[in-house]
Amino acid sequence: MYSEKFQKSLAAVEAAREKNIALEPARMTAQQKTDLLAEYHPDYKQDEFELLQIGPNKGDKVPKELADTLQAHSRVCPNCVNLDNPDYDVDVLVIGGGGAGSSAAIEAHEAGANVMIVTKLRIGDAHTMMAEGGIQAADKPNDSPAIHFVDAFGGGHFAAKRELLERLVCDAPEAIKWLSDLGVEFDKTEDGTMVTTHGGGTSRKRMHAAKDYSGAEIMRTLRDEVLNRQIPVVDFTSAIELILDENGAAAGAVLLNMETKEILVARAKTVIIATGGAGRMHYQGFPTSNHYGATADGLVLGYRAGAKLLYAETLQYHPTGAAYPEQIFGALVTEKVRSLGAKLVNVNGEVFMHPLETRDVSAASIIRECSTRGNGVETDQGKAVWLDTPMIEKIGGEGTIEKRIPAMMRMFGKYGIDIRKEPILVYPTLHYQNGGLDITPDGMTTNVKNLFVAGEAVGGIHGKNRLMGNSLLDIIVFGRIAGKSAGAVCKDVKLGKLTLDHVTKFEKEISDAGINTDTISPKLLPDYTRKVNS
Amino acid sequence: MSNMVNIFLFGKKYEVPDNLTIMNAMEYAGYQLVRGCGCRNGFCGACATIYRIKGDRELKSCLACQTKVEDNMYIATLPFFPLVKQVYDMNKVTASEAVMMQLYPEIYACIGCNACTKACTQELNVMQYIAYAQRGDFEKCAEESFDCVMCGVCSSRCPAGISHPQVAMLARRINGKYLAPNCEHLDNRVQEIKDGTFKELIEALMQKPIDEMKELYNNRDIEK
Repeated sequence: MYSEKFQKSLAAVEAAREKNIALEPARMTAQQKTDLLAEYHPDYKQDEFELLQIGPNKGDKVPKELADTLQAHSRVCPNCVNLDNPDYDVDVLVIGGGGAGSSAAIEAHEAGANVMIVTKLRIGDAHTMMAEGGIQAADKPNDSPAIHFVDAFGGGHFAAKRELLERLVCDAPEAIKWLSDLGVEFDKTEDGTMVTTHGGGTSRKRMHAAKDYSGAEIMRTLRDEVLNRQIPVVDFTSAIELILDENGAAAGAVLLNMETKEILVARAKTVIIATGGAGRMHYQGFPTSNHYGATADGLVLGYRAGAKLLYAETLQYHPTGAAYPEQIFGALVTEKVRSLGAKLVNVNGEVFMHPLETRDVSAASIIRECSTRGNGVETDQGKAVWLDTPMIEKIGGEGTIEKRIPAMMRMFGKYGIDIRKEPILVYPTLHYQNGGLDITPDGMTTNVKNLFVAGEAVGGIHGKNRLMGNSLLDIIVFGRIAGKSAGAVCKDVKLGKLTLDHVTKFEKEISDAGINTDTISPKLLPDYTRKVNS
Repeated sequence: MSNMVNIFLFGKKYEVPDNLTIMNAMEYAGYQLVRGCGCRNGFCGACATIYRIKGDRELKSCLACQTKVEDNMYIATLPFFPLVKQVYDMNKVTASEAVMMQLYPEIYACIGCNACTKACTQELNVMQYIAYAQRGDFEKCAEESFDCVMCGVCSSRCPAGISHPQVAMLARRINGKYLAPNCEHLDNRVQEIKDGTFKELIEALMQKPIDEMKELYNNRDIEK
């Protein structure tokens, strides 16, 4: 159901469909990719970045919006909070109720620790819930953790911390097994073989899925398990500052009730930051596929407490955000659409790239097609390219779309677009924070004792670009690692006197550096009031 | 390009552009959402909403992030609904009809009114999946309920007090854990990793200079 102005281009796409299905587009060479990224990828736009003036990463480059939120005032007046009578007192405090936080809480509980989850919205309000395409694990006979390692290391521009990536790929099959034993329903054939596909940049078909509700199926199962274990979940409560003890180790957090604005104190022997990503910061003005709460809170909390960031200057723009209709502008169109055979096609009906290049290369290629090459389709929100979904039915047979990507069919169906018969319009959308807090393979930050991190708030697992299906994997693998480590470490922790001196010190650094700012952070939620587009 | 329409948020009138979703319209009107807003993409079930178009008898339900406003729409959000979630040990439940009888006996009080199905924001056949649960057919219950976002609107309309999403959650976990065929290649791989089968290969990669890693990556075989 596209209006008149799209019809000419649509006719070209339809006319070329048979030919385009048969076409095997060449993959780009390493040099072509390097040149393309340098010219078109948003991470390479120098004037969108700023150098940090204070903190552990002083002198490093980060997106302007992140610099502003990292070098901002605290929500807490350090001398006004009484740390002597904490409202909560636990072994393990998990900040964030997504897939990483829930996995961590389950493992810490399994280790016998007294664990509590505090989360800004509800448990399960997280990117995990929204992950559509799948989760990688090298569990097929033609595959191995070593091949998985090479795919991810190359896809991330050879920048991943190898000791983290090693854990990711070697623990992956066990992670799938763990989820399966919890009752997650992976797509399987009748003999139990996993139905797996490619993702951009994979050299083996190792993408496991649960239709295109992969993350939702994982998240709701983890949530159910947290509730079955009766782990306390304090919801609608955000952590707004970490508390350290007098020896500089993490010792809890100052909490804010999002509704009543009451300030609470949680004392903890270990703290796990599992706060997710930052799409709602709308870096460079991009729309986002992210969750409402994705405002980089964990990076702010960690940074003020002295934890180091790694690769905070690299973001992932998912190549296929919905570009039309405007009601779903920026929403994720899963990479699985391309895994199942749909190709990217320009305004003239031409396939302009291999559909399964890595995400950064695909996004840059679409931006090139829509800018200098002038081959974009004009929409009210800007230019876009076609993703020719009807190819999937021709390749996989009628009914493939309904069976394998029902959420996509529903999302567009609500606006009168039948993706089985009509292609869809896409443009890159801000999707993932590649960087984050720097950790060791046991999940602890490299320079704040007893402070652990898991999930999207970690930096270094993927290097400077992440492959599809490796994030859903990392939240499980590193969530479990953080939970196990914290659950073990807490047994020997003797907390010293609690303090917020680091907050006072950070405020002083801001004024000493001459930074003049009204920004208060963490941001907690974006402000969309009285704005038409969000 | 858009026309303005009148909507009524909790009974109060606001004029908003007609191309907005209910969620965006609330923000346009000035609401800073805390409750009733999650993924904004139709997956999390945070923004369950009920509405009625003026003059229409029928009460409708939807997700606020997935539904466009209409003129004379009376809107109330349902950001929380007290579902009953029973606590159980997944290692002790079995794939038998008795599990449902024990944990969610109210499903047998279903009067067949089909209000749940009519209310479903995902257009699922809710009453049918409850019927499968009653019979202990967990596989069919799991399949039929798979797209559930657990928004709870079905339960808000149920005269028998059934917490449909929680019943389906249990069925899916039983199906995933006990009924789905076991995956042999997964078990084998987990064992191989435990046995250290890939240890040397991985250790070699840990040491390799970047240039050699590039060589490996750029020349790797890609499965068709």
